[in-house]
Amino acid sequence: MPPTRGIQNALKSTIRATRQQIRQPEGPKAPTRGVCTCSVIPTPSKTHQAEVRPFVHQQKLPTRVVPQKRCASTSTTELKHTPLYAVHKEAGAKTGPFAGYDMPLEYPDQSHPESHRWTRENASLFDVSHMVQHKLSGPLAEEFLMTITPSSINTLQKHHSSLSCLLEESGGIIGDTVITRLGRESFYFVTNAGCRETDLAFIKAQMKKFLEAKGISKSNKDENIKWHVLNCHSLVALQGPKAQEVLQKLIFNDTEEQTYSPDLSTLSFGESRWLQFTLPDGMNTPSLLISRTGYTGEDGFEISIPPENGDSTNLATAISKAMVDDGSVVRWAGLAARDSLRLEAGMCLYGHDISTETTPPMAALGWIVGKDRRSESAAPVFNGQKTILQQLTSPKSMTERRVGFLVEKGPAAREGAQIVDPDKDNEVIGRITSGCPAPSMDGQNIAMGLIKNGYHKSGTKVGIKVRKSVRKAEVSRMPFIPSKFYRPDNKDKDQKEMKNNTEK
Amino acid sequence: MASRCAEDVHDETSLYDEFATMTTRIMVKKYTEEHEWIEMDEGGKIGTMGITEYAAKALGDVVYVELPEVGMECNKGDTIGAVESVKSASDIMSPVSGKIVESNEALSDKPATINKGPEAEGWFAKIEVQDQSELEGLMSKEEYDAFEKD
Repeated sequence: MPPTRGIQNALKSTIRATRQQIRQPEGPKAPTRGVCTCSVIPTPSKTHQAEVRPFVHQQKLPTRVVPQKRCASTSTTELKHTPLYAVHKEAGAKTGPFAGYDMPLEYPDQSHPESHRWTRENASLFDVSHMVQHKLSGPLAEEFLMTITPSSINTLQKHHSSLSCLLEESGGIIGDTVITRLGRESFYFVTNAGCRETDLAFIKAQMKKFLEAKGISKSNKDENIKWHVLNCHSLVALQGPKAQEVLQKLIFNDTEEQTYSPDLSTLSFGESRWLQFTLPDGMNTPSLLISRTGYTGEDGFEISIPPENGDSTNLATAISKAMVDDGSVVRWAGLAARDSLRLEAGMCLYGHDISTETTPPMAALGWIVGKDRRSESAAPVFNGQKTILQQLTSPKSMTERRVGFLVEKGPAAREGAQIVDPDKDNEVIGRITSGCPAPSMDGQNIAMGLIKNGYHKSGTKVGIKVRKSVRKAEVSRMPFIPSKFYRPDNKDKDQKEMKNNTEK
Repeated sequence: MASRCAEDVHDETSLYDEFATMTTRIMVKKYTEEHEWIEMDEGGKIGTMGITEYAAKALGDVVYVELPEVGMECNKGDTIGAVESVKSASDIMSPVSGKIVESNEALSDKPATINKGPEAEGWFAKIEVQDQSELEGLMSKEEYDAFEKD
């Protein structure tokens, strides 16, 4: 579907968002206050109670029309708030609905392009508490994850993470996720906010099926597999070249007893560590799971913040304020910048660039399929194995593929725009799934889309219909700008991985 | 003459008042529900139009402007161009029917001019108005201010 037409519609969604009634399917509601029924991720054995001061909440961004394939629709109840909502409001953020939450889109100190560039030059802090954090543990947790994803979870090392996809039985992507191994039988993973209800229903149904197939009764379920949705946790993402220096200042260096190194320079992209912060008032936080990862293509960290007495508001607020401080290095950034940053980094937005209509190979994510999972005899069988392995062996069998585009100067190609073959009388050969003028590329128009197999090679010249004209474009590799993932040993690994799998 | 009474004088005055009001009405900026404005020139034939302060703020930094072609004829409500931010594209609709006589070419090089002065130097295009009465259906500044507060 084409983007919203007319300023009137754009204004309705950005300015009047808080008053809109949104739809949402009935389902368990995330408690924002009160006793939390989820269990806190077990922290390292060291006790630190004495030191911890007891601490006394598209789719797509609102200005775009939500396409029909979005996995979450929203309800007639009020918009939800993350625990940091009051902080955003205090900062004067312009908010709007996203995945059933009233989320910050922009802050008054910077325009969208300014905030985007600030992230790549300094550091920005994003509240991503609307995303769903999960804990999965037990002797069968690993095997279960290997049936619903094509990843080599069995070889995933402790405190390492991997981008993965939850797959439905056809091989189509239900949701993308990052899975971290916490221990021999313990995992932490994060799924998209927009997919909350469908993902929870999917995991529940798949788990039931998995256990039944193993002859495990309901009464024995918990011994084998335990799944908790961490509804009371917060999640913030600190992204940008200055992220490490900012975070390092807050890390508590316990010279007496050190389970984990406080030196962030030894924490690489894709790794996690349990660390405490010392806040400006001198008090220490509990251990926090810090992962070197993100959704911007920059170096950065995601910090999972646990609740105390069912509420993570105070801790999340204190940690955020300590990072943003005087705003000279770290500034708050909203979903507007988040979207343009991830697009420049070639990263997908579920419900737009990827959906149940795309398998990982179609989505140029074939690399997530573990190397040792690529034979029909590999066990356990993952959802859609047959289809996916076939696509990996013969890529030409895929009808369409996700690729990037560089579009000529002028109006941007946006979601819903048709891709055409200028040499065949502008016959339609695909559609744009995301697009915008890139703030870090001097306004160069970039886009992502699904294109007919055969047209997918880099450099292929195509046309894109924007309003009344056909814009000149060419298929491009992604990311559009070089990634800055922190890999002191193996810097080029990402670039190679992504490039290798967009061709063929 | 005795017949030249106060009544005649009164009539002249009221005629003058009506004329004055009419002129003021024509030269004052008018607004649409689509957050566009139009301001007629002294001759009353050519109107300068653009997007409002309110709209420009909501859009954010404008990165690209699609201007109408000079000579283009349009009806009230027709799409005559677009303004784009990083996030989205918004159509510009003509507040009146007429013929485009000028486009603000400066916006091609410096689209951000719209953010600096959306109701001044960031004007979008000039139109030769076909039907003056269409202007009367548009909102005054007070009416528009009240409208956008809703």
